[in-house]
Amino acid sequence: MRIAPPVVGDTPAPTPVPTSAPPSRPLSGLRVALGDTASVGLAFVPIGLAFGALVTQSGIDWWWASLSAALIYAGSFEFLLIGMVAAAVPLASIAATAFMVNVRHVFYALSYPLHRVQGRLGKAYGTFALSDEAYALTSGEKARSWPGPRIIGLQLLLHLYWVGGATAGALLGSLIPEGVTGLDFALTALFTVLAVDAVRDLRGDLPTPLLALLSALFARLLFPGELLLAAFALFTLGLLVRHLATGRRPGRA
Amino acid sequence: MPDARYAVAAVVITAAVTWTLRALPFAALAPLRASGTVQYLSTRMPAGVMLILVVYCLRDIPLTQPRALAPVVALAVTVGLHLWRRNALLSIVGGTAVHVILASTVFAT
Repeated sequence: MRIAPPVVGDTPAPTPVPTSAPPSRPLSGLRVALGDTASVGLAFVPIGLAFGALVTQSGIDWWWASLSAALIYAGSFEFLLIGMVAAAVPLASIAATAFMVNVRHVFYALSYPLHRVQGRLGKAYGTFALSDEAYALTSGEKARSWPGPRIIGLQLLLHLYWVGGATAGALLGSLIPEGVTGLDFALTALFTVLAVDAVRDLRGDLPTPLLALLSALFARLLFPGELLLAAFALFTLGLLVRHLATGRRPGRA
Repeated sequence: MPDARYAVAAVVITAAVTWTLRALPFAALAPLRASGTVQYLSTRMPAGVMLILVVYCLRDIPLTQPRALAPVVALAVTVGLHLWRRNALLSIVGGTAVHVILASTVFAT
């Protein structure tokens, strides 16, 4: 089977200035990315199946699941959107909710290595496909040495897994017997796995996960309607305070 | 099926909002990349962000009812499997299977 992927990550014109990154073709980036995304990417399949099945169970046509997965590509909000579209919520409310749920992505710019991605098209796609999972995989310790094509290849594959899983789920969802429930836990499990790996990356820096959990619990109690935004804001604030309080000494990284 | 044009518009608007939120901060942060504070945040935020997302996914657990056990047990299985084998797919499929079985049988409403 030969798939011709859209060319990403290449500079549109040959530049006379040699770039710091070794010249590499997107295809080789994709091949490496197959290994990088194997486990997390495969986890997109059950989550995609759950999402697609939910779409058709809510009385929405199957193609909408593919469209949403391809254009939005923000799994957790897409689950919320099913209910809103099924209830025909006004578009303005949808836009406002999308902003509140996805505003966490503004924090991702702090860690995602966009400077390593070459070319305008590559940078555009890199920011477009910056899902939670892509962020977790490209900002982790393992990814510090990855060149641009490997990063874009990883994002492209995750995106494809998501669209494929959602489409399959929408087409096969009717086969799930009545009474089988709880598939949506796949998303929680995915975040759990990414959290365990990321905490391990911190090498015994326990205050950081504690600060995050406290921020989340405070936000849950004080701002239940804006849990995500409040928790991220509290967590960022807490990190900043801690950074300043430790006198900006070059601590253990 | 809701009106198709409306359903498509909902996707397009959400996609526009999401991409804007993902892309715009890079323009604002470009000058800050070299700062020690941003580097401090960039190494520590991924772990915290993922933990917060886990709490967000579990925010509606009815803690006072027995059916809260399904996600709690499934979460423990997911973490346990991952600490044991470090295989993301195994941890996710195992945890999800436990949740589906518990939610569909023992704690079915």
